[in-house]
Amino acid sequence: MVLRRLVGLTALAAGPLVVLTLFFLLPVAGMVGRGFVVDGSFDPVGVLEVLGRPRVARVLGFTLASATAGTVLSLLLGLPSAYVLSRLDLPARRVVRAVLLVPFVLPTIVVGVAFRDVLGEGGPLGFLGWEQGPVAVVLGLAFFNAAVVIRTVGAAWESLDPRPGEAAAALGASPFQVLTTVTWPALRGSVVSAASVVFLFCATSFGVVLTLGGVRWATVETEIYLLTTSLFDLRAAAALSVLQLVVVIALLVLTARFRAPAAPVARRTSAPRRVRLTDAPALAVTALTLAFVALPIVTLVQGSLRVDGAWSLDNYRALTGRGSDRALLVPVTEALASSLRTAVDATWMALSLGLLLAVVVTRRSHSAAERRVRSGLDAVFMLPLGVSAVTLGFGLLVTLDSGPLDLRDSPLLVPIAQALVALPLVVRTLVPVLGGIDDRQRQAAASLGAGAWRTWLTVEVPVVWKPLLAASGFAFAASLGEFGATSFLARDEAPTLPIVIFRLLGHPGEMNYGMALAASVVLAATTSLVMLAVEQLRVPSLGSV
Amino acid sequence: MSMPARTRTVAVAALLGLTALSGCSLVGGDSSDADRADQVVLVTHESFTLPDELIASFEEESGQELVVRASNDAGALATKLALSADNPSGDVAFGIDNTFASRVVDAGVFAPYTAELPVSAERYALADGGDLLAPVDQSSVCLNVDTAWFAERELGAPATFEDLTKPAYKDLTAVSSASTSSPGMAFLLATRAAFGQRWDDYWTDLLDNGLKIVDGWTEAYYGEFTAGGEKGTRPVVLSYDSSPAFTVKDGKTTTAALLDTCFRQVEYAGVLKGAKNPEGAQELVEFLLSPLVQRELPDSMYVRPVSGEADLPDDWAAFAPEPQKVWEVEPAEIAAKREKWLAGGVDRRRHPLTERPPG
Repeated sequence: MVLRRLVGLTALAAGPLVVLTLFFLLPVAGMVGRGFVVDGSFDPVGVLEVLGRPRVARVLGFTLASATAGTVLSLLLGLPSAYVLSRLDLPARRVVRAVLLVPFVLPTIVVGVAFRDVLGEGGPLGFLGWEQGPVAVVLGLAFFNAAVVIRTVGAAWESLDPRPGEAAAALGASPFQVLTTVTWPALRGSVVSAASVVFLFCATSFGVVLTLGGVRWATVETEIYLLTTSLFDLRAAAALSVLQLVVVIALLVLTARFRAPAAPVARRTSAPRRVRLTDAPALAVTALTLAFVALPIVTLVQGSLRVDGAWSLDNYRALTGRGSDRALLVPVTEALASSLRTAVDATWMALSLGLLLAVVVTRRSHSAAERRVRSGLDAVFMLPLGVSAVTLGFGLLVTLDSGPLDLRDSPLLVPIAQALVALPLVVRTLVPVLGGIDDRQRQAAASLGAGAWRTWLTVEVPVVWKPLLAASGFAFAASLGEFGATSFLARDEAPTLPIVIFRLLGHPGEMNYGMALAASVVLAATTSLVMLAVEQLRVPSLGSV
Repeated sequence: MSMPARTRTVAVAALLGLTALSGCSLVGGDSSDADRADQVVLVTHESFTLPDELIASFEEESGQELVVRASNDAGALATKLALSADNPSGDVAFGIDNTFASRVVDAGVFAPYTAELPVSAERYALADGGDLLAPVDQSSVCLNVDTAWFAERELGAPATFEDLTKPAYKDLTAVSSASTSSPGMAFLLATRAAFGQRWDDYWTDLLDNGLKIVDGWTEAYYGEFTAGGEKGTRPVVLSYDSSPAFTVKDGKTTTAALLDTCFRQVEYAGVLKGAKNPEGAQELVEFLLSPLVQRELPDSMYVRPVSGEADLPDDWAAFAPEPQKVWEVEPAEIAAKREKWLAGGVDRRRHPLTERPPG
């Protein structure tokens, strides 16, 4: 019986596992293996020796410190905003939620330049001396990751039953007591989920650290890049990749302990309520977060509308062409189309894999072994977030290079890589919600004669519908803005928009710079529009299908 | 907050439309070996581009389809080629420069092929690996100054490396880092060639005089340079000898390259060992050296042709003179000492992993 359940479990997880093994585990193992083999013989001693160098400790220290600070700041800004945007009846809520995802797709270079405009020698906050260094890095990390907290926690907060809280309030609990005794225990799972994703994003962020950290501050990720591409020291790079994996696994073990059993979720979400005076602090933090996210975006829009020191739309007009001096391979409009194509592919891959996984992970276990298998599965799919894109990118080249597996140049590689990056976001959004479904509901449906499908449609789908939409928007945006892995994989078809923007930024000529800004605005606007359309689908209740 | 059914319908329609529009690229091309015989595959970096009509003329003449696989930068390209040395993912590689040439030559990435070089291109050939790699284009990394800025303040602009350490030019220079950008590496090598043994002292003076180091060319030029972005504060920046051709206003350029501070980067093309289509690969290398492509290089890739006969665009000819003498370091020496120099130069506070535990 137990065995049969385990086999069934494995069968459901087989698809995602095959994809993960082929496109992630094998390549990373292959690349790390290259570093361990010196002159044809296996030599782990040299790798261990690398880890003993004082610099490694420094680099690891800064990585952990900046990622922790970035995570804390993202939570401080994100949690109150998640509450305001998911529970309060505010005008333009949907628009705000859509706009908050824009940082996800902005090229880090553009954000870096915008941050510098504000913090730099000539900027309004220049006197703080924060232009380059740890403070700027942490601010940048929070700018990119506050949206993760808002979306993951917001999705769970929306499907939370408000009645226990109301009951507590009716019995005389203060708002603070309600928050700490009723709401927090219910949300803890999704907050820990969001925090772990943000931490991994921060710990492996590449562009933000390079652009805002200046050259003094190296993290494990930037160091791996330097060692692999500039110095060709594969052994040291492998050592650092192993170190990265160890840190990620430790983090996953740690968060698994804190992930309490999810709170029961309501079958239907409550209508957002009117704003009260007690919401003032949360509203203030939300306003601050919005301003923080808007500042670089406004700077960007403003820059895109300036030509030769005057206001003009020329940068936008130029987007249909090939750039001044033909800087572009394809017009920006064409690149946008191929970006959307790739993102659609990556989204459905990430959603189908993520949904399968979430279902497998959240089903009730009937034995300790089964529970371990389930939580192990949950953790393993978080790994792609915590491993350097450089290691993965080169790993794909050295492992997928023979016979039927010669996928080095397959057009599938880019969407698959993007889907793997987006997958943890999907899983972390769905698991807390699916885990909160009371198993008795399923039993009741089954005892009333519903089959497995029917049970799923009436019990799970109504609950998971909104988080699924949230996750799809998430995956779409993550894919649309993905640069690291995409830039590593060779493409024979049209380049994506982030790649084109990067190219424009890399060439002299004011027109090209203006066009890069305009293209970034187009990318941001497209993302917002898609998000808005997704928001429109968040129907109040799917009731009985 | 329920919404009118119509909005929802519109949203659904819009999303469906988007999905339909973007289609599903899964049915897209499949690059199996089936038709590789009449395909020639070029592996290169992100900056490679040529006009469609040129590529069409190559395809017509050779009767083969040109497939371009571009990704990332020159350093990543060199690593990629070295990693897949015995099993290349293409027929030709373009974009390895003289700072990375040793890595790919030592790894045995290229098959011998001596192409017919254009007039006066011989001088750019590699001493070690000349039979493997053909020079295609060259450009020099030089310091640039905002001449308008200096004229406004009635201050003479700096001209040499030594000038940058003078008190008059304190806090005026921005360069990109050698560990994260290829111009940064070129600058490091140029100072190395210029100062030799006194190199370490020079860098100390440079940093003491307020040199600002950012991570890439873009950040330096558009973020820090007074003639680059709207908010830049530094009138001396690391860029290319051709950059003044892109700052032309009213028939005059507002910047100048300091021609005594240049390091030349040469980009090469070669036939990959184990190529599935070696004949096509050789034709493609010849094509890159042909007058057609050589003339097109400045406009397409912002680099100078290696051919002495190719005409330059007007702005280049008028405002971007080529340095007569450049600082040089042998590719083999670069490969051997890159790590050591990085640790001692620009990024002295950011050593690569060369520190040994004490004792």
